[in-house]
This record gives sequence, structure tokens and C-alpha cells, in this order.
Amino acid sequence: MSKRLIWRKGVNAVMLTVTGVFTAVTVAFLFLILGFLVYYGGRSLDWNFFTKLPLSAGETGGGMANAILGSLEIVAVAALIGLPIGFFAGVYLSEFEDKVFASVVRYVSDLLNGIPSIVVGLLAWGLLVVPMRQFSGVAGSIALSVMLIPIVARQTEQFLREVPNSLREGALALGATKWRMVATVVVPAGSKGILTGMILGVARISGESAPLLFTAFNNQFWNGSITQPTASLPVMIYFRALSAYDDWHRQAWAAGLVLIGGVLTANILARLVLAKGVSVPRG
Amino acid sequence: MATPLVVETPVIRRRTQTGDIVARWVVTVFAAVILFVTALIVYQLWIGSEPSRLKSGFAFLTSSKWNPVTEEFGALPFIYGTVVTSVLALLISVPLGVGAAIYLAELAPAGLSNGLTFLVELLAAIPSVIYGLLGFLTVVPLMRSYVEPFLKSALGFLPLFKGPSFGVGFLTAGVVLSIMTVPYIISVSRESLLAVPREQREAALALGATRWEATWQVVVPYAKLGIFGSIFLSLARALGETMAVTMVIGNDPKISASLLAPGYSIAAVVANEFSEATGAIYQAALVELGLVLFVLTILINAVARLMIVATTRKGSKRS
Repeated sequence: MSKRLIWRKGVNAVMLTVTGVFTAVTVAFLFLILGFLVYYGGRSLDWNFFTKLPLSAGETGGGMANAILGSLEIVAVAALIGLPIGFFAGVYLSEFEDKVFASVVRYVSDLLNGIPSIVVGLLAWGLLVVPMRQFSGVAGSIALSVMLIPIVARQTEQFLREVPNSLREGALALGATKWRMVATVVVPAGSKGILTGMILGVARISGESAPLLFTAFNNQFWNGSITQPTASLPVMIYFRALSAYDDWHRQAWAAGLVLIGGVLTANILARLVLAKGVSVPRG
Repeated sequence: MATPLVVETPVIRRRTQTGDIVARWVVTVFAAVILFVTALIVYQLWIGSEPSRLKSGFAFLTSSKWNPVTEEFGALPFIYGTVVTSVLALLISVPLGVGAAIYLAELAPAGLSNGLTFLVELLAAIPSVIYGLLGFLTVVPLMRSYVEPFLKSALGFLPLFKGPSFGVGFLTAGVVLSIMTVPYIISVSRESLLAVPREQREAALALGATRWEATWQVVVPYAKLGIFGSIFLSLARALGETMAVTMVIGNDPKISASLLAPGYSIAAVVANEFSEATGAIYQAALVELGLVLFVLTILINAVARLMIVATTRKGSKRS
């Protein structure tokens, strides 16, 4: 081998290693984060965490039962609002698009997806907190639903586009009208992918805390209704972690472990169990 | 014979068309909601910031005084903190992310690449408050006791590494942000690389190029725009990132040359002070900061999206 060739092969080997190490470092962060959460969170997690209310500063013990319930409430309402809007918008983008309007919607929804979550919080604050004159869980839900809509719309569009055109043509050739074709053939065929997208979207918003800080705010007690300030796990983690008490840090770690457990389980289920792609309807 | 058909056809057509017209209207209205919500954000920020805009004018952007008590509001320290932490983050995450994307898209064996890509996607799914929690309770003490003293002893002659070690500050925020932005760079860059037509690689390899030469001199230049797009996209994410930065930047509205000094970012000050802001001007000043952040991220996102669309289109046209 000539010197030149040895040099070139050497560069090849070195760069293969370097980029491989970069990848390994990135993935290592995932395990590092999980490791810390399991170590500190696991030591702090007990049955009280799921059943008791938070105690005031200085007292040891207590839990975050109200924050767990509050998170579920806020996210459920956000999903009720955001999922249908995002889904139908996605159906529009894939099946009923007009050239100009559809590309505007597509572009704007990508921009909406990139707007910082704290700014979305300002929107919900202006829309609901100011007129209602108090923080409320439902204002938090509105903020989260605004973040959910563009995610679900683009995912739905993407998976409907993967449905082969022959299915559409078959339905039309059998005399189906367009909306029946979409409702009974195209959407069922793309349903697995759409469901995956929806689960990922809901998992993503359930970890958000910035838009909740001045909408749902926080609450040390059970909230009577969703029109009142509502505690949530992410916001609790924020306040507890920044506090000066060891017992509150312990609570923050436990809450972090519970939150990440939920988010990652949803992600893994969505990505593995619901295989992506098109399922042709039977019957 | 022809008469019944003539009568029947319009009935069928009307029935079938009505369904389609209704369906089209319904989905179009839902799509329009996206435009409406975005317009509402602009409107809300514009109206909400009015008292502050009228009072301070453009001085808001250039003044570095932030004093709620005397109602003096200047955005400069926050803009500075936001930009410095985001640029620091990209200095670390761009080589790491682009390198990993090249490995995953071009060099790694398929099975390994799929597994690692899955793990990177999980990393992207970790909520930002978790980064804040780990950042505040583990990274900050680490920086204060080990990393910052070391940097000062090794590079202390530079103004960048002077002053006491607090643990919190620009550097810590930049480091935490860099880990958060890597997965975005990887996933978008990887997609751009995968959109490069096969023939490009085959031609380079057939000419005798090594794997790395084919990748670096042919595939990467072809996907260049998409990779730049991914960098802009994660820059926008870094600028708007709230919780993790709020917890580790130190929350002190000062402009310091030293990266070890505590600072403040736009998103952090809104998160910290908004729910307790009293007085119309104070609140409006925070909303105006939101407006500044909105404009900044929208501009960067707009450029990024155009770049990404341009590459993926280029790839699919020729393949």
C-alpha cells in the first residue's frame, strides 16, 4: 500500500471511531439521567408519595397525591381539546388539501410547534387567567392543547400519506364518496400510526411545566375543580427542587422518577408495541 | 327509458356532494384553527405588552437596567443571557450531534443504528424540568467544586473564566442546554442524510473513495442545508428553553464577560417573575420580553424550516 492509501484508510478508521464515540456519549447521557433518577428517586419513593398531600416546609413525609391527580386532569382536558383539532387538521392536510391554504397551514403549524412553551403560557394567561381573575387548571390545559395541536396534525398527516393510493382508488371505484373513503378506508388504514403520534404528543405535553407556572400555578391541597389553581407533577418538581429543604429535594427526586417513568413508558409503548406504518383493514 | 335516469342522477349527485362538501368544510375549519391560534398568540403578546412599549419604546431593547421597584425595564441583560447560553450550547452540541447523525445514518451497521436511534429519541422525550432537577442538584455542585476551579487554574488568564465559582451561571446553563439540544440535531440531520439518493454514495465508492470520504465529501455536502436547518431548529429550541435554564443560570440580570458569572435569560425571567409581577407596566414588560423571544424564535424557525424543506425536496426529486 502506498503511503497515501494508508493515510486515507487511517482517516477512515479514526473518523468511524470518533463519530461512534460521539453517539455513545449522547446515548450515555440517557442512562446517566435514568441512573440518577432511579438512585435518588428510588430511595425516596414510598407509598405515601402516591396517597398523601404535601406537608409544609420543615415537616418530614407527605406525598404528592394531589399533583399526580392534577397532572392527569390537566393533561386529560388538554388531550380532549387538542387531539380532535389536531387530528381533523391532519386529515385536511393529507386528504382535502387546497394547494396554497394547505401549505400555509403546514408551515404555520411547524412554526407553532417551535414557539417556546413559556410564550404559549402567556397566551393562556391572557385568554383565561385575566378574565377569570384566578389561576386555573383549565388555563393550563388550554396552553398544553395549543402545544399538542401542531404535533398531532403533522403526525396524522404524515401517517395518512403513507396509506397507498391504491386503497383510495379502490374505494372510489366501488362508488364510495370521498368522505366515506376517508372515514372508512384511509383513516382506519393509518390508525396505528396516528395513535402512535397521539400518544407521543400527549407524553410530550405531560412533562411540560413552563406553560403551567402562571396558568394552573400550584396548590398544596386537593383542588375542588379544574377552574381553581391545580398542582401538577412538573411544577411541583420545579418548586421542590429549588427549595432549601432536604426532604423537599427527596420529594422532587421521587416526583422526577414517577414523571419520567410515565413519559418513557408511553414512548416505548407507542414506538414498540404499536408498530409504525400502515395496517390494511380487514373485512 | 331515459326519463328515470335523468331524474335520478341529480339526486344522487346532490346527496354525494353534500357529504363531501360538509366534510371538506369541517376539516378546513379545524385546519384554520391552527392559523387562528397562532394569530391569537401574536395579538395577545402585542396587546399585553402595550403599556411597556408605549413607555419605553426602543430603549427597552438597549437598556440594561431592570428594576421593578422604580419601574425601569431594559431587556438587554436577558437577551444577552439567552444568546450567550444558546451559543455555548451549540458549540458543544453541533459537533456532537452532527457527528452522531453521520454515524447513525451512514457508518453504523443497520441493527445497531436502529437501536441507538431509538435511545436518542427517548433522550429527546425527557421533560425539561427533569434536566433542571438534575442540573440544579447534581451538575451545579459538580461545576462549583471541580469544573470551575479547574477552568480558572488552567484558563484563568482569559476574561471568560474569571470571578468566583457559584456553580450556577452561563457556563452551567450552556452545558445543560447542549445535552438537551443534541437529540434534535441528531434526528433532523439524520433524516436529511437519509434523504440523499443512494446513487451519490455508490458513485463515490465506485470511484475508490473510502466510506468516510464518500460520506464527508459527497453525502454531507448534499445534505448540507438540512443539517444547517437542524442547527437553526435547535438554536430556536435553546433560545426558548425555560425550566432547565431557569434552574441553573443563577437568575441575576447582569451582563458579565465571565462565563462563570450568574446571568438571566428571557424565558427564565418570565417564568420566575410573571406570576408575582405587580403593576401594569411590570407585567407588560414581561409580556414584551415574551414578544421579543417569540419574534426571535419565529425568525430562526422560519429559516430552518425553509432549509429543511429545500433539502428533503432536493433528495426526493432525484431519487
